[in-house]
Amino acid sequence: MDSKIGRWLLPVATLIGAIVLWQLCVDLWHIKPYKLPSPLHIGERMWEQRDRLLAQSGSTLRLALKGIGLGIALGVLSAIVFHLIPVVRAALSPIIIITQNIPLIALGPLLIIWLGFGIAPKLVLLALVCYFPIAWSMLTGLGQADANLREYLAMIGASRLTVLRRLELPASLPYFFSGLKITATYSITAAIVAEWLGASEGIGYYLVLKSKGYDTTSVFGAIVCIVGMALAFYGIAALLERLVVRWRPAGREGGAR
Amino acid sequence: MSGQAKLELIDIHHQYSRGKKAHPVLGGISLTVANGEFVTLLGPSGSGKSTLFRLIGGVERPDAGRILIDGAETTGRRGQISYMPQQASLFPWLSVRANIASALTTAGVERRQAEALAAKWLDRIGLGDVANEYPRVLSGGMQQRVSFLRALLMPRGVMCLDEPFAALDALTRADMQAWLLRLWEEERRSVLFVTHSIEEALTLSDRIYVLSKAPATVLREIRVPFERPRRADVWKEPAFVALKEEVLALLERGGRRTWPMTRICTPTNMRPGAAKHCSPKRSPRA
Repeated sequence: MDSKIGRWLLPVATLIGAIVLWQLCVDLWHIKPYKLPSPLHIGERMWEQRDRLLAQSGSTLRLALKGIGLGIALGVLSAIVFHLIPVVRAALSPIIIITQNIPLIALGPLLIIWLGFGIAPKLVLLALVCYFPIAWSMLTGLGQADANLREYLAMIGASRLTVLRRLELPASLPYFFSGLKITATYSITAAIVAEWLGASEGIGYYLVLKSKGYDTTSVFGAIVCIVGMALAFYGIAALLERLVVRWRPAGREGGAR
Repeated sequence: MSGQAKLELIDIHHQYSRGKKAHPVLGGISLTVANGEFVTLLGPSGSGKSTLFRLIGGVERPDAGRILIDGAETTGRRGQISYMPQQASLFPWLSVRANIASALTTAGVERRQAEALAAKWLDRIGLGDVANEYPRVLSGGMQQRVSFLRALLMPRGVMCLDEPFAALDALTRADMQAWLLRLWEEERRSVLFVTHSIEEALTLSDRIYVLSKAPATVLREIRVPFERPRRADVWKEPAFVALKEEVLALLERGGRRTWPMTRICTPTNMRPGAAKHCSPKRSPRA
């Protein structure tokens, strides 16, 4: 019971407490909605605009999922290639790390100049963001396989491919999921930035529109949607991890952090 | 014994270099394992027994010497032996049965046949109930039984067991020895077993090679006189105690390196001129 209280009740109660406090402050000091709308006010606005918010969120969700798909495909592939051919890793990793340090705000407009206003620049942006956590955690995982098991496979004469398939890939799964959890939350943020830069739909586009119109209440509504989606993605990734990585004893969280 | 040895090592030398210094580990080891024979390497810690296994497994190449399996040169070739390490080394993400089956498929057994064989044998050794569990639910002793079964079922000529019971507590260890003895005597595979326990060596083996400290050489080859099938309480016999004391004295002297180096002569290393370095009466199973 103690652990349940610690894990669920405490953070949820704190969150509810903070929201109640927020509501009280806004009521007490009569803060104007364009400065800080109250939670109830935000809720009302979201309800009024529910159809639009749902449609825009759906559009963002699809974009983020495409990004995650690309991130998984490229990340897993390059982790395996880098692991098997260390020369490639040594040659490419500086470039990849550099791409991770270019601010998205700067990169976005450049991509639009190069690739136009279609879906292409958005996908490149998302792939760049989603790729890295998966590739790097999985690369760590591939190298962390148990030395005893490695020795055992060597002694029975397993081929390089067998070692990869039977030992290194399964051993890297917890690391892969650590990367996926990060990517899942980043993907929403990256999708928002991509939509901000140039789009006619999506919650990022909605955010730009409302922010330019000083509709702070709707901006907060968009933020709630964004946070909700990011949390949902994280939750799904964590759930998948629990379903796939079932061999570890309960209560032991693992992988790269 | 008719025909050639199952496994034959001829004058194996090996050294490691740490920094600029060379550390000789094996100083000319020759030994044989006959078909269906249980042979033990007994030596102090750090006498290069595990290194010898890596060479037999083909993971490393010896600096000098040859390794033959069924009379064919296998020096530096992998995939010739089955192996049971000190740590059970079961794959945590595979069920107990899949652990055995996947090792068999690596050794070339067809998948469905491997699954069936694993299931049948797990039932036979009384672990059928846990066949679908992850290995972590098993005790240390049970994990080692699975590990032994995995080695036993691989279709390879020689089983190499590297101190498989060293990590177990004394009671479990005695239990496992009795279990292994019974199972091996039913199956009679060719086994090369490494241990530093004299009792374990005397209880299980047909022959024992006593090794010196590094650089390891064969101090003596002992034919264990107790009949098969062997009782697990063979250690109660006076002859057992006497033999144990003899080996202990041998190891103590060998540890101080005052014991004269002996070499086993086999027809393959009896080159002209080599004979005078060997003690001619030592040829095993001549």
